[in-house]
Amino acid sequence: MGKTISEKILSHASGKDAYAGDLVIAKIDAAMTHDGMAKLVIEAFQEMGGRQLWDPSRVAVVIDHVAPSAYESFSKVHKMMRRFALQQGARFYEVGSGICHQLMIESGLVSPGGLVVGTDSHTCTYGAVGAFATGIGSTEMAAVFLSGKLWFKVPETLKIVVDGKLPPMVFPKDLILKIVGTVGADGATYKAVEYGGSAVKALGVEERLTLTNMAVEMGAKTGLIEPDEKTASYLASLGHKPQQGFKSDEDAEFVDELVLDAEDLEPQVACPHAVDNVKPVTAVEGKEVDQVFLGSCTNGRVTDLREAAKILRGKHVKKGVRMIVIPASRRVYKQALKEGLLEVFLDAGCAVCNPGCGPCAGGHQGILAPGEVCVSTSNRNFKARMGSDEAEIYLVSPVTAAVTAIEGKITDPRRLLKEA
Amino acid sequence: MVQTGGRAWKFGDDINTDYIIAGKYKLSITDLDELSKHTMEAIMPDFAEKVQKGDFVVAGRNFGCGSSREQAPLVLKRLGVAAVIAKSFARIFYRNAINIGLPAVECADTDEIDTGDLLEVDLTRGTVKNISKRKVYMIKPLPPELWKILSEGGLVNYVKKHGRLPW
Repeated sequence: MGKTISEKILSHASGKDAYAGDLVIAKIDAAMTHDGMAKLVIEAFQEMGGRQLWDPSRVAVVIDHVAPSAYESFSKVHKMMRRFALQQGARFYEVGSGICHQLMIESGLVSPGGLVVGTDSHTCTYGAVGAFATGIGSTEMAAVFLSGKLWFKVPETLKIVVDGKLPPMVFPKDLILKIVGTVGADGATYKAVEYGGSAVKALGVEERLTLTNMAVEMGAKTGLIEPDEKTASYLASLGHKPQQGFKSDEDAEFVDELVLDAEDLEPQVACPHAVDNVKPVTAVEGKEVDQVFLGSCTNGRVTDLREAAKILRGKHVKKGVRMIVIPASRRVYKQALKEGLLEVFLDAGCAVCNPGCGPCAGGHQGILAPGEVCVSTSNRNFKARMGSDEAEIYLVSPVTAAVTAIEGKITDPRRLLKEA
Repeated sequence: MVQTGGRAWKFGDDINTDYIIAGKYKLSITDLDELSKHTMEAIMPDFAEKVQKGDFVVAGRNFGCGSSREQAPLVLKRLGVAAVIAKSFARIFYRNAINIGLPAVECADTDEIDTGDLLEVDLTRGTVKNISKRKVYMIKPLPPELWKILSEGGLVNYVKKHGRLPW
């Protein structure tokens, strides 16, 4: 019987002929923790009697959630992480390096066919390059730090096929919001999601990362895209020699298949307070906003910044509105600087912050006051996530975010096409 | 493993980890006692203050969706919650709960339980007894691999006791 990508990767990593439903003990290729969880990981590691990491070259320790530290409590966490990572010889990413998920892709720790875990639910992002990657908790990470191994239940796979071409002003973020809205917040729980079809193949790797990033918003264990020549050349452009990875067999068994036509898609928005509360942008047009956030592991890459800069060039953010722009990594920041994108944002009146998670997880750099409305390119809009429990968060594409910042109210970016 | 005499605190579907413990607290407070004061704050502001040791959190589908923060089951445990009973769990929360020794119990009948109901959970027999309503509900048995961890009080305790990981 044929196998899915997930079944192949978990078979390879466990040395067993594994299919969906099997429980396997698998070897981990890379592990990541960040400042939101590292304290608990290090404490559990030490409590378990851990002295040395199983393989420091495969472990990344990243300061990104509150970077630079906004509180003395987190300065202590950062101090603990620094000491631990340097003592252990792990790969350590200091304040200003960027978001853990972007760094994992850039670092070469993630390769097609690899098995990667991180103490962050959006670890599923790495499936865009054909790795099986999933979020775990701090205690399990401590066990991985000790042994380099973890148990997995091999997931069933939900296949999502998107054919056709995305219309103008419609982006991968709109596509994944539509998918999350259709599948629902627990529609893919315990499952892997594999995205395919001509519309997905047509996307660049940076855009594919937006799709896999939000797989967990459907409850999925991971999101995957079959690696191809684009994957290979993208990873090569970052200076890596990637493995070839795996593809699902023709006769592999999928638990379900969702087929979408890209041509039918319009700009989407996830409305408060659930990521699967998705509507066309037209349904909430005119809603006045206080803050616009462009960044995050969903939409903080240079492709995203380019699209937003196209809209903001020569324009200004509406008076009374603040727009925060945060490149996903130092590498992205430098590229945006080189291309003049940061100048566009600065001229438009945006606050451009150092690489990191920014306000997405509610740590700092854009906490919302009661009654405020934030339009964000990130991945979660839960009540109280970015500050006050009386604030509202709307999730959109970078282009919808940029147009909204200029207008001061939620705006369908296709209006620009009519004007032109 | 029997948990007796606790009251139910009833929540709905899709209770996410930001509702259990919001990012703004998780990313500023590192002391677990302080952190636990903000448990469920956005959706049930008096929960942390009123919940008693041995009580149960009861919910619908997809409990614990969202982030991988282990602080979510940790604050519940710190407040004395004896078990979380839900129709289904998000996978990371589920694994985290077991790994810290907090029973996460899948039960299809949580619609029949209301806040204040007196419950008794018997993990060995696989039942939730609703003493207030004189009913018994079945729970989905825990896979043996997870039972091994839970029955030792979590993964850290397991390693301390056996000197090795369970796998």
